[in-house]
Amino acid sequence: MSDKTMIEAIRECLRQEMEADSRVVVIGEDVGRLGGVFRATDGLQAQFGKNRVVDMPLAEGVIIGSGIGLAMSGLRPVIELQFLGFGHQAFHQLGQQVARLRFRSQGRHSLPLVIRSPYGGGVRTPELHSDAFEAFYTHTPGLKVVAPASAHDAKGMLAEAIASDDPVLFLEPLKGYRLVKDDVPDERFRTPLGKLRVMREGTDVTLIAWSAASVMVNQAAEILAERGISAEVLDLRSLNPLDVDGITASVEKTGRAAVIQEASFTGGFASEIIATVQEHCFYNLQAPILRITAPDTPYPLGAVEDLYVPDIDRVVNEVTALVQESA
Amino acid sequence: MSDYRFVPSDEPVAPFNLLAQDGTLHGQPSMTDAQVFDALRYMVLTRTFDEKATALQRQGRFGTFSSVRGQEASVVGSSFALDPSKDWIAPQYRELPALLRHGYPLENFALYFMGNPRGGSIPEGVNLLPLQISLAAQIPQATGVAWGLKLQGSDGVALTYFGDGASSEGDFHESLNLAGVVKAPVIFFLQNNGWAISTPRAIQTAARSFAERALGYGIDGVVVDGNDLLAVYEVTAAAVAKARAGGGATLIESVTYRTGAHNTADDPSRYIDNDELAAWVAKDPIERVENYLRKKGVWSDSDAQQLREECAQEVDRAVTAARAIPLPTSDALFDHVYADPPALIQQQRQTWKKREAQS
Repeated sequence: MSDKTMIEAIRECLRQEMEADSRVVVIGEDVGRLGGVFRATDGLQAQFGKNRVVDMPLAEGVIIGSGIGLAMSGLRPVIELQFLGFGHQAFHQLGQQVARLRFRSQGRHSLPLVIRSPYGGGVRTPELHSDAFEAFYTHTPGLKVVAPASAHDAKGMLAEAIASDDPVLFLEPLKGYRLVKDDVPDERFRTPLGKLRVMREGTDVTLIAWSAASVMVNQAAEILAERGISAEVLDLRSLNPLDVDGITASVEKTGRAAVIQEASFTGGFASEIIATVQEHCFYNLQAPILRITAPDTPYPLGAVEDLYVPDIDRVVNEVTALVQESA
Repeated sequence: MSDYRFVPSDEPVAPFNLLAQDGTLHGQPSMTDAQVFDALRYMVLTRTFDEKATALQRQGRFGTFSSVRGQEASVVGSSFALDPSKDWIAPQYRELPALLRHGYPLENFALYFMGNPRGGSIPEGVNLLPLQISLAAQIPQATGVAWGLKLQGSDGVALTYFGDGASSEGDFHESLNLAGVVKAPVIFFLQNNGWAISTPRAIQTAARSFAERALGYGIDGVVVDGNDLLAVYEVTAAAVAKARAGGGATLIESVTYRTGAHNTADDPSRYIDNDELAAWVAKDPIERVENYLRKKGVWSDSDAQQLREECAQEVDRAVTAARAIPLPTSDALFDHVYADPPALIQQQRQTWKKREAQS
């Protein structure tokens, strides 16, 4: 066990899984010589060679589409989609093909495919790099979608995703790559997909988030505690499969819920969580379920992104108001 | 061995041809008589199926489907160059005889177009991708399969079928580009059948031929007479041999014609040129093969008659078997979506089952 940043944990996982299974190959833009724009694959091409860590032509459609073929041929590809914002160039392969191949072939073809993709805002990227587009993919039956927030989970869940015979979209918070650092086992391990993580226990309100927002919300919960509000923080980790029981147990206990997402308001995954809480916990609720999101506008340029993405102040203020109004 | 020409060329490239319509041979084919007999059987079988299925569709007993009518030599000749035990096919949806030769049951094909998801089932060991309705999406996948076979030390190849219309999609261009870069052993088999529903070939590209697009991606391209079984086999076999030997990808443009409708919902009389159609009907690929065999003295009217009777029986058997399979239960909505289904999906399966039991 040692302290690792999220990017170190991801790199270590890739290295160890590639050492353990020669079928695991990494393909993507700039993943070879450069080691990826965030260095997630740094050193892998030197260790495993150009046939297992492949720099691809810049065409997301064929990166995903040929990854499907590699998987059908017997390999276990881990694709780096350089930014989730570039996923639209491959959306037909992701939405119609990756997600349905098993179904369309009636089980003849498995798709042990992992698509790793940095996403979310907060680091002043150029335009079109920062959107939190997870809801497109959670609305795609057949595709598992996970979004860990800690280095520990990044390593354990990536190993699980690589071992899975289902395609997994593995969302990595680009803001957390170097800011997030925690204890991670040095040896191989797996963290099951579909179980949330209670980051902090509390009694007054349940705060539900995933990816980088979980880290931010956990910090907000510290400040809320200073104000006398006991918040329980749930890091979902996995969006599909979703830990409905874990969410329900927490909200039944606290009687209040707030869902925090980086994405815009309408049709986001927060809406799905709110519907779930409403279905399972309606009679336990002491207040309307709060939704803290970006506005229904495109992700802006970097200098004003702090106005767009929900931050600690918003969470503290809106959750304080929620609790006080329903006290 | 051959006098077909690879692009680029100063002149528009004439499609490589071995067999005239009257059965006269212009060169030395490598297809044996036994292969030709076998190939002819697939051609007649699917022509028979197309006619039967179209009739059933008109009676409301079969779904919307696309026949291979007019393109039988193109599909059969190319598929005969493959070894089903190690080579893969990534089809579009108009290549029934190739699927059959590779081991996909005719009954499943019928079932699929009756709307039964079980029809999509591909038997274990059959190296086939599902039918592809999203045009060109299979091309990157075929490239990946071929590349993956090569990375794992197999000498298997992948062949993907698509049309002149699909070649306008980005997936086509991205795939040829990648195949050139990684030297994937893939055969891009473009059936230029003149039409994408009502959109004529001239609207798909200003290029003189589809095959010469290969040049821009650093792979070989070749144009073949798609109504000539022997010629199609010849160029495809050469492309397969080259791919097996590590020589990379080939784009084959097979010039043929869709003498039927796009599908059973289409009305080509609204757009097709009747003279052009008649000229292509006169180049019927099945007649051409039978003329060839007759000239060799190994085919008679009674052989032709017997083959058609056998094919009719086989089609009847498959369609009857498909029609006898009951509609699946709601489990069909949930089976094979995930290897390891999320709890929510499992609950939904039970809910659907309960509702079904109550109705």
